[in-house]
Amino acid sequence: MEGVRDELVLLAHGGGGKLMRRLIEEVFLEELGGSDLNDSSILDLDGVSGKLAFTTDAFVVDPIFFPGGDIGKLAICGTVNDLAAVGARPLWFSASFIVEEGMRISDLAAIASSMAAVTREVGAKVVAGDTKVVPRGKGGELFISVSGIGVVESEIPISGAGAKVGDLILINGPIGEHGIAVMLARENMGFISEVVSDCAPLWGMVRELIRSGCEVHAMRDPTRGGVAAALNEIAEQSGVCIEIYEGEIPIRPEVLGACELLGIDPLEVANEGKMLVFVPERDLPIALDHIPGGRAIGRVIDGPPGRVYLKTAIGARRIVEMPVGEILPRIC
Amino acid sequence: MMALRGFRDPELASSISKRIWDKVLRPIKIMEVCGTHTMSIARFGIRDLLPPSLTLISGPGCPVCVTSQGDIEAYIGIGSASDNTVLVTFGDMMRVPARGTSLQKERAKGKDIRVVYSPMEALEMAEREPEKRFVFMGIGFETTAPAVAFSIMEAKRRGIGNYMVYSSHKLVPPALLAILSSPDLSIDGFILPGHVSTIIGSDPYGFIPEEYGRAAVIAGFEPVDILMSIEMILDQINSGDRKVEIQYKRVVRPDGNRKAREIMYEVFEVGDASWRGFGVIPRSGLFIKESYSDFDASKAFALSRTEDPPEPKGCSCGDVLRGLILPYECKLFGKACKPESPVGPCMVSSEGSCAAYYKYRVWRE
Repeated sequence: MEGVRDELVLLAHGGGGKLMRRLIEEVFLEELGGSDLNDSSILDLDGVSGKLAFTTDAFVVDPIFFPGGDIGKLAICGTVNDLAAVGARPLWFSASFIVEEGMRISDLAAIASSMAAVTREVGAKVVAGDTKVVPRGKGGELFISVSGIGVVESEIPISGAGAKVGDLILINGPIGEHGIAVMLARENMGFISEVVSDCAPLWGMVRELIRSGCEVHAMRDPTRGGVAAALNEIAEQSGVCIEIYEGEIPIRPEVLGACELLGIDPLEVANEGKMLVFVPERDLPIALDHIPGGRAIGRVIDGPPGRVYLKTAIGARRIVEMPVGEILPRIC
Repeated sequence: MMALRGFRDPELASSISKRIWDKVLRPIKIMEVCGTHTMSIARFGIRDLLPPSLTLISGPGCPVCVTSQGDIEAYIGIGSASDNTVLVTFGDMMRVPARGTSLQKERAKGKDIRVVYSPMEALEMAEREPEKRFVFMGIGFETTAPAVAFSIMEAKRRGIGNYMVYSSHKLVPPALLAILSSPDLSIDGFILPGHVSTIIGSDPYGFIPEEYGRAAVIAGFEPVDILMSIEMILDQINSGDRKVEIQYKRVVRPDGNRKAREIMYEVFEVGDASWRGFGVIPRSGLFIKESYSDFDASKAFALSRTEDPPEPKGCSCGDVLRGLILPYECKLFGKACKPESPVGPCMVSSEGSCAAYYKYRVWRE
């Protein structure tokens, strides 16, 4: 008998019968672990103390495989990073799969496998799941919704509301790679250049940062809407004014080139492996020690609350506005 | 960002800026004709480096903005003509409002409307799906017209009969002539479009200094390009020696690109065209020649170009496009008209001057 992985997803795979059972056992349980199929998982809080963090996110990226990752890796990384942004260690995930009829089960297995890899890397578990199959043409090949529970490990609560005048703003590497990688893959514009998504889990980095004793005032992962949206949110939540320096913001030439060709502001492009970290100036050396590839790109200054300024490459100053809509749909 | 090439060098920018401050001897108005310049000026904060008596005004060089309401409505109408008609367009057109609807809204209602980055993609769709008719919305100036012309020549050569173009292409020099012949002209000099000039060269702009005595410089799109061009315009004004100069010499040649023009005029012929904000400008549009009429959507769908409907109430896009007012001087700007709920096309297009002014908050706070 052929393995289920050589087959295509049928509507019947979502029917709750034997076919579904096989799909779950031979794909999801095998990749993501677990054995008992109860209606709910019982979670043991032994060894977990402190506040819990809970987050949820749906992923509809198109295409589902892109340079640097796939929708499964993205779903777990996105959830891990949302937890990490509040200083929480990821513990448990749930994952719902909405699959379009006709999808290759081998693709589904590859995606489950990359979810498992990131989950293992951060020391968490997938403890609940669901699968639905929709008729061909009624879905986008695969949508995944992931929720995550974590435990807050930072002593001081971290949020977007804690930025203070004088704080430096750090980022852990070049911006805009995820959005541009997906965009170029989707539009068959690989001819412009090969850009690889930065999709990565950031809990390891955040854990080291918290444990180092560095005083983190605010954090946010600049996903949809990019650095522009994340900084505007923090400026507003914290009631402060932010200034960033174009000359200090890391970006790969191929990403900048693609942005200019497409008429997109790289500050508004999604990242999936970046964190904006606000620390007091005295903690800069220790922060840089624990943020691989980190550099300061701006600071919190005296000025109108909620406002974000950019000192441009040529030394002029302009406002960085909250992005209006999605410039690039189905990026995550 | 990191790619601090010479054309973004802050010291160079600052030294040109200092010279510009010294060379502005009276209030000066300069029009940047092209939407890409408008965007670059706003994005790099170039106004922040200029003296307050030097005003930069946006011109008619945003293809989406100058596309007439009548053309947009006719194009949407083509999509409603039959179920197997697919509208294919550049993304910027999607949100332009047209009497209660837009391409975006039509798509949400179930019409097959697709966004592409080049006309060749539309041609390939037509080849892949022969049971459907694909109608590409041809907008843009001399820069894009050759590529669209080429797609039509390819369709003919490869026998792809289900590919058509609705041509709303426009020419830049006639619009400048319309601006210059306006009685309320107050512009001292023009930053001329770099990409358009790559195709047409510098000769077609000769009337600007010769007949109207205004300064003119063809400029690149980097901040230092733009600052240098402003300085060159000021030098022309101060010396009285008006001419068409090329600052963007690394790309633009005085005679332009002859090959691209040949392709363009193989397929298109010049005719009177309706521009948003201007009305009909003589000999300012490109229309598909009789020899390629099989690929002309306006013929295939028997469209007669009708009167343009009136502008939305209060919308001053027309005055903005003609450089009569600055975007924030429009009553709707930033209030009833924002990028998320645009009233006129200048707030829609990524090259629209209202969108650029709003996005980068270029207005008095």
